[in-house]
Amino acid sequence: MANDVIAVNDPGGHAASQEVPQIAVASQWKLMRWKFRRHRMAMISLVVLTTFYIVAIFAGFFAPQATTSYNRKYTQAPPQTIHWFDNGKFGPYVYGYKQETDPRTLERTYTVDKDTKIPLGFFVKGDSYSIGFSGMPVDWINNLHISGSRHFFGAKNHGDPFYLVGADDLGRDVWSRVIFAAQVSLSVGLVGVFLSLGLGILLGGISGLVGGWIDNLIQRGIELLRSIPDLPLWMAMATAVPARWDPVVVYFGITVILSLLRWTDMARVVRGRFLSLREEDFILAAELDGVPARRIITKHMMPSFLSHIIASVTLSIPGMILGETALSFLGLGLQPPVVSWGVMLKDAQSIRVIANMPWMLLPGAAVSITVLMFNFLGDGLRDAADPYR
Amino acid sequence: MFKYLVKRVLYMFPMMFIISLLVFITIQLPPGDYVSAMIEQMRNQQGTNWSPQFEEAMRDRYGLNESIIVQYGKWSSNIVLHGDFGYSFQNSEPSQKIIWDRMGMTLMVTLASFIFTWAVALPIGIYSAVRQYSMGDYIFSIIGFIGMATPGFLIALIMMYIAFTQWGSSLSGLFSPKYENAPWSLDRFADLLKHLWIPMIIIGTGGTAGLIRIMRANLLDELNKPYVETARAKGMPEWRLLLKYPVRHALNPFVSTLGWTLPALISGEAIVSIVLNLPTTGPILLQSLKVQDMYVAAGFLLLLSFLTLIGTLLSDIMLAWLDPRIRFE
Repeated sequence: MANDVIAVNDPGGHAASQEVPQIAVASQWKLMRWKFRRHRMAMISLVVLTTFYIVAIFAGFFAPQATTSYNRKYTQAPPQTIHWFDNGKFGPYVYGYKQETDPRTLERTYTVDKDTKIPLGFFVKGDSYSIGFSGMPVDWINNLHISGSRHFFGAKNHGDPFYLVGADDLGRDVWSRVIFAAQVSLSVGLVGVFLSLGLGILLGGISGLVGGWIDNLIQRGIELLRSIPDLPLWMAMATAVPARWDPVVVYFGITVILSLLRWTDMARVVRGRFLSLREEDFILAAELDGVPARRIITKHMMPSFLSHIIASVTLSIPGMILGETALSFLGLGLQPPVVSWGVMLKDAQSIRVIANMPWMLLPGAAVSITVLMFNFLGDGLRDAADPYR
Repeated sequence: MFKYLVKRVLYMFPMMFIISLLVFITIQLPPGDYVSAMIEQMRNQQGTNWSPQFEEAMRDRYGLNESIIVQYGKWSSNIVLHGDFGYSFQNSEPSQKIIWDRMGMTLMVTLASFIFTWAVALPIGIYSAVRQYSMGDYIFSIIGFIGMATPGFLIALIMMYIAFTQWGSSLSGLFSPKYENAPWSLDRFADLLKHLWIPMIIIGTGGTAGLIRIMRANLLDELNKPYVETARAKGMPEWRLLLKYPVRHALNPFVSTLGWTLPALISGEAIVSIVLNLPTTGPILLQSLKVQDMYVAAGFLLLLSFLTLIGTLLSDIMLAWLDPRIRFE
């Protein structure tokens, strides 16, 4: 009966008559893929997140400027509007700035200068960048990068002021910095999740397989960790990572701290799966056939809960991203010159800054969108994890 | 019920012990201590001469030279026996005064946010389940998802921006300047209530979204069950039927979420209060962590964790009262 339901709802474009025999022989992963595709928000999220990650990996190419390049002449400059057509022909440009400085408060006010046009273009030459790893403690990893100075989109003449969403207090391009910050913010979640996945599988697996007092002990431990408010404890642990350390070390320190409190969800999923699978007939059959325990786990149990683990991994990434953002925002996590969305938001703490430069909140929007997308993606994966239902 | 209660309360003690140990170890993690931080700061300012002997004397005075186990023993026994949370290096006074002052405010703000989340999530959750896929359900779902994805401090920043540009006022603080340091009175309390709603909404928003989804899902499971149909067939008024059977049923998992909503609320409170500069634990905790004023930080961490433990205890008792199956397990 369940098969009929899946066949009728499948939007793959196939006729239902062809679908029914396919369903019967389709592998578990194929069924999951079909089910996942039906979750429209999850599909959209997958596309958006893939785009985010591609942009983050090639940040140097996609960002119009480098994170460190600044222009004292254009501090706090407001966003510019791109005009795509110049006299009826395609030729993107922005207007320049006219600025006045208040002689008393030294506050700058910007107006649009319609007389100067700053030509923009695709694949323009600009600040040099490198794509790949840098700052890692191992040399050969650092060598894995390519350098360039072509940018996807930017001012045609290097050095012209082009601030798509505005400039910060030092005259740095906020848009470029948001793109570069994505590298740290998006990867913290992934690295942290893999650390906590290791802990979760280990402790959850022991808990579910061994049982008895060890299970009891681990379960009480998990309960305890879950009942502690995580942010205050994270704050306390983050102070143990001195700011003067190497940025890469600080980065890993913070991810370890984040995952130390976040493995509990994973452990619960793993344990729950082990417990329910232990009761299944096909496991009993394998046991009666004399299959060794290790083979039962890897061949019979693992494939059937891998999908659940992928789903819960996806759902726990947002917590990590939010944790890093919160810590960096408080000044306890990563420190400048490293850019992450949290580090950028730290500059937007005072009401004076937000009132004058609301575009400083843009990294916050990036955090929200990313977290939202991960939630949708996780929901879709969780629904798809059990394709037989 | 009584047996369950006793068991559940006794269970708290080992939990508290482990938490206190965990907190103390965490506080000891940063390299150096308050004295070394202070000396370093003093070295940067010229004209002061700090001899190593003086540094040692300071350490001796604060008991920082003893082994960690002895330090933990002294610290925990003083709290249990005398309610003494140790000395605040930074303020040169016992830390319990500042801790209790701030904890009271935290309790107040957290409680208000908690009431807010339930008061909002419960009716909206019921509405969304009963009118599934209606316009309202979609709107609440969208708001809920965005609320869940936006960190509290960002909502606080956005609210500050809106308040500043629209009404020209800043949202910070819990009191008007007039009542800031005044002793407690009815007027001061009224003033507090006037300011409390802003942090209450900001802190509550994140949790509300999650709770709405839980309530909606639980109720949807119940609504299709035959007993609802039976009651309807007997001609029971729709809203009475709803509140009397399926909602009560769906309430159990809802109550059990208290165990994790409370820690989330307290976490949210910590960071939002830093942004809004509320006189609660958040700002002082951050400050004390930064200067390694360890007894103040430890005291806050400990009490915040206890607060959630007590919260889970209350939710378990409530659950046992709601659902007899748990009592007799």
